Formats: sequence, C-alpha cells, structure tokens
Amino acid sequence: MSVPANAATAITKIDPHWKALMACAATEVFSMMAGMELQAYEEMPAEIRGDQTAMVGLAGALCGMITIRCSSATATKLAGALLGVDDPSMTIDAMGELANMVAGNFKSKISQVVDHCMLSIPTVISGEAYTLQVMPPTEGFHLAFRLDDQPIWFSLVVHS
Amino acid sequence: MKKLHVLIVDDSSVMRKIVERSLRQAGLELEEVKEASNGAEALTEVQKENFDLILSDINMPAMDGLEFLRSLASIPNAKSVPVVMITTEGSEARVVEALSVGARGYIRKPFTAEQVKERVTPLLGDPQ
Repeated sequence: MSVPANAATAITKIDPHWKALMACAATEVFSMMAGMELQAYEEMPAEIRGDQTAMVGLAGALCGMITIRCSSATATKLAGALLGVDDPSMTIDAMGELANMVAGNFKSKISQVVDHCMLSIPTVISGEAYTLQVMPPTEGFHLAFRLDDQPIWFSLVVHS
Repeated sequence: MKKLHVLIVDDSSVMRKIVERSLRQAGLELEEVKEASNGAEALTEVQKENFDLILSDINMPAMDGLEFLRSLASIPNAKSVPVVMITTEGSEARVVEALSVGARGYIRKPFTAEQVKERVTPLLGDPQ
C-alpha cells in the first residue's frame, strides 16, 4: 500500500466528531447498498462479539484500522441483502466489500484525510479466538448497531 | 431502449454482482453482462466483443482503471464505448484524472440503483 507523495501531516488524535461520521458512513452504506437500516442501541452491548470480522487498513495521514464485526448469521444475511441472492459462498467477500465501502465513505467525510489516506484491500477473519492489535500508542472507538435484532460493531483504531 | 451488452470491471466479484444487480434494478435491459477482474482482462474482452457500456473500478491490481482507460483509446471498436468509473475514492483528483483520460462519468460507492440510472442512461445511444 503506497502513501501519497503529498501526504498531509499525520493525524494522531481522534476528533470527537468522528464517531458521528462513522455512524453516518455505515448507515449510508448499509441503507444504499443493502437496503438495511442500522438501528442505534440505547445502551451499547457490553461485549464485542461475533465470529466474522472484516478489516481495512488505513495508511497516510491517518494510520490504523476500521473493522466491522458480527455473527456468521448476520454476515450471511448481509451478503444476501447486498447481492440480492442467498449465496453463502459470497459471505466473506461481501463482508470485505462492506468494510471497504464503510472505510472509503468514512474517509471521504474528513477533509484532512480524503486525499491523504490510502485503504488496504479488505481482510476477513472467521472465528472469535483472536486479538487485534494496532502498533501502540493507539486510540479508537467502537459503535454498535442493531441489525434485525442482532448486534454489529464498527470500530476505528488509530495509531496515535 | 435496446438490450445492452455490458462489461463490468472490478477486482471484487461481489462488487461485480452488485453493479449488475443495480443496473437491473435501474430498469436497464441487459442482453449480456461480461465480467473482468482487472484492466488487462477487460482489454482482452473489448478486443473480442463490442460493448454498449463499460463500468469500471479505479483501484485494481495488474492494471488499474486509469491505465485501462488510456489503453482503451487505442482500440478502434472500443474508444467510443462509454465508460463509467465506480469508485470508493473520495478523492477529487482521481476522479478528475479518470475523466481526463476518457471516462464519461463516475459513480461513488455507496450508490443506489437510481443514481446508477441517472449516471448511465444519458450515455446510452450517445456515442462520443
């Protein structure tokens, strides 16, 4: 992944507004591309769980990772909504593409980042027995939404 | 409107399916849809067949969408085919570059079928 030659100064602090921008980016992608509405939780689930995690790396003015995490059942449902057909063999690719679109949509909403940050190709982890670590120091946030009564998490971790 | 022969170029098989689905949802009648996973594969397709419309990603391995556009200009039966770029890029610079090397329009992800229709329909039956 190459970094633009005209890369701006690295952003090492998460702006308080970015949570809302991430929520907006995710909501737009799910609504426009899959016709699915993400519903906010009144109270976030205490534990982040799910055996499907799609991640996209960020490099340039913003370095880190954006992830989407949910259960296999939710991922399969998402893939079906995205493609218009039920094809479980496409679930992993669909999760990766969703992460790619959410990450792209998120960075396009931040003027200091849009032209100065590259996205990696998406990677999908199947299973729950893992720990994801971005090189410290880091900061980040997690957002949870309800999708057909099942949780789905969107996270941003930034190398600070 | 005549049935369309369309080429969809994207390294993501999921995105190729989504684009085809969006074209159908937009009410476009598709006679045949061919797929290519990068610019090099797409060039091979356009040398074999005539297309009414090409939709292409920008960022792809092997040959990206911009290089594909530049190469397309040298293929006699393909240089008048409208090409619409579909991209996650929020960057204006990449979009402007695509338009400067021959793209007739662009669609940013995420998109709706209605947006696809708005961008694509004016280009059909309107050879440059």
